[in-house]
Amino acid sequence: MKTILKVKNLIMNFGGLRALDHLDIQVREEEIVALIGPNGAGKTTFFNCITGIFPPTGGEIILFPPKKKSKRANRLKPNKITEIGLARTFQNIRLFQNMTVLENVMIGRHCRMSSGIVGAIFRGKATVKEEEQVVEDSFKILKKIGLSEYVNEIAMNLPYGAQRRLEIARAMATEPFLLLLDEPAAGMNIQETKDLNELILRIRDEEKISILLIEHDMRVVMSLSDHIVVMDYGKKIAEGTTEEIKNNPVVIKAYLGEDIDA
Amino acid sequence: MNKLNEIKKSFLASLWFMFLTFPIMVIRVNTVQKEIEWRWQNMFFVGISVFFLSFAWRFLFRQMASGRKTIEAGGLDKISLMQQIMNEPKMYYPILFAFTLFAATFPFIFNIYQVNIMTTALMYVVLGLGLNIVVGLAGLLDLGYVAFYLVGAYSYALLNYHFGLSFWLALPIGAFIGALFGILLGFPVLRMRGDYLAIVTLGFGEIIRIIMENWNEFSFGPSGIANIPRPGFFGIEFSLQGSIIFMYFFMICLTLFTIFIVNRLRNSRIGRAWVALREDEVACQAMGIDRTKTKLTAFALGATWAGMVGVIFAAKTTFINPASFTVWESITILCIVVLGGMGSIIGVIFGAFILILLPEYLRAFSEYRMVTFGAVLVIMMVFRPQGIVPDIRHRFKHQGSMVLGGKTKK
Repeated sequence: MKTILKVKNLIMNFGGLRALDHLDIQVREEEIVALIGPNGAGKTTFFNCITGIFPPTGGEIILFPPKKKSKRANRLKPNKITEIGLARTFQNIRLFQNMTVLENVMIGRHCRMSSGIVGAIFRGKATVKEEEQVVEDSFKILKKIGLSEYVNEIAMNLPYGAQRRLEIARAMATEPFLLLLDEPAAGMNIQETKDLNELILRIRDEEKISILLIEHDMRVVMSLSDHIVVMDYGKKIAEGTTEEIKNNPVVIKAYLGEDIDA
Repeated sequence: MNKLNEIKKSFLASLWFMFLTFPIMVIRVNTVQKEIEWRWQNMFFVGISVFFLSFAWRFLFRQMASGRKTIEAGGLDKISLMQQIMNEPKMYYPILFAFTLFAATFPFIFNIYQVNIMTTALMYVVLGLGLNIVVGLAGLLDLGYVAFYLVGAYSYALLNYHFGLSFWLALPIGAFIGALFGILLGFPVLRMRGDYLAIVTLGFGEIIRIIMENWNEFSFGPSGIANIPRPGFFGIEFSLQGSIIFMYFFMICLTLFTIFIVNRLRNSRIGRAWVALREDEVACQAMGIDRTKTKLTAFALGATWAGMVGVIFAAKTTFINPASFTVWESITILCIVVLGGMGSIIGVIFGAFILILLPEYLRAFSEYRMVTFGAVLVIMMVFRPQGIVPDIRHRFKHQGSMVLGGKTKK
């Protein structure tokens, strides 16, 4: 399988604090990779680095978009990285709260549209067509994610689980080849978590989008991931399949602390 | 028990207001006779009226709270009167017709003084709509908006003084220079938000004004520039009265033009990007929106209107000096946007008319103008923080038919 994201020796310093310490991570095509680790391990920092919100102190981030040339993504602006094909959701939901659900998804289509100020004012054929296409596409995406009943609701009035799914829908609208999900199951009940599991698998299987997710809910992690990376104090401490990770003593130590008798 | 409590509250409120208004309502220094008048009867009036008004105040508060509860509980869509009118062609067209008739005959019914005031109000409508792009849509709190207004006015005055440029040439040039200054201000403040942005823009507005006040060789300092020609129309020169009426009609056209452009911008890709920027900057970037470009276009397009109205202001008054462009102007325009409803075009139009026309027609109470103004703002912010006509997001319908700006396209 082809590698689509390669991170080599990634370092991120905040003043004297080293949040990411020589991190190596790879994501391959059509793979679901889970990034786990105790609180403060640097998982979200890692997301922020590869999506361009923080410029990394050192190391390499290389993206391999399908059918296009590979691209070095260090120090690119977040919108450029989204354009290449990396989309993300946020740990604490960051929707455009006062816009409707459909508009939220339409914003996601922004970087795949081209009309500018002149187009907006004269509203020529191309612009009108593009606008209609965007509405159509956004409807389709919402239907796929299962939010079509909320189309014209204001985003902040949505129930919590729907808000999380809308974040995924919005990210999908940018046509990514790799989707980064930051704790998608946080705060969800058992049924919602189950639906989410199905949704993530469907995105991978039907849309052929690879997924890198941070998650604390081990049921989600174990049932979804093809590959797990464990982080602690900014370092990668283990890597492997679910079985390998479950029985890895280093991982158990990081999560539960040292066994006194050992 | 409850009623007793209410009365106690109102009594305390009236005591507090009597104390607050004591210096301005009771004491008056008579400078002619060099003595102090004590107007105790005023204190009595304040006490009585506050006592009763506070009942009304609490009643409104309870109504607002219960209104919120019904919306939350029932989830029923509160459709405003405005929306109802917009959705119903039977009501919409007669109202539009009445407005057009009124606007067209206005200068022939009322005297020149009224026409002049109306022109000023229309200028503030355009200014408000321009600032609405920056503050209402893109969410960038700009307290130095008047700087672009000044730039527009001075570009016409100076270009005319030195090169004899006509009004019609100066209009696009003024708009362009305004936009240029918008970008100039936009660059250093790209990373700023909220309070910090407000302070920097406030400083920018003051700097521009102070430069104009002190750079005598360039701008003729505080004495300003006089004898700026009024606009002609294809070689026709107007009399004073004709020129005022012409200005009025020109402003009507410009206002309609502005509404048209701003409405189209708002419902476009770029307009959505502005609102997204207002809602969440980080998420907006993560969704592939170029923050730099979006902010700069907001600043530039907002400033364009200020530049244009600046040119018109210079032509209308035929005299400009820096004193016309104080920070107070910026605040008035900002109040228009906030009072009218951030992001809402109809709201801004209402806001401009209320804030500009009311003080003119209430000249009889000019002593209390500022007090009333403050009170209106406080009451608005308490009871209707979203503005007179809040911004309504568009609803889209599936299958080809799409709702754009209130009109259904098939």
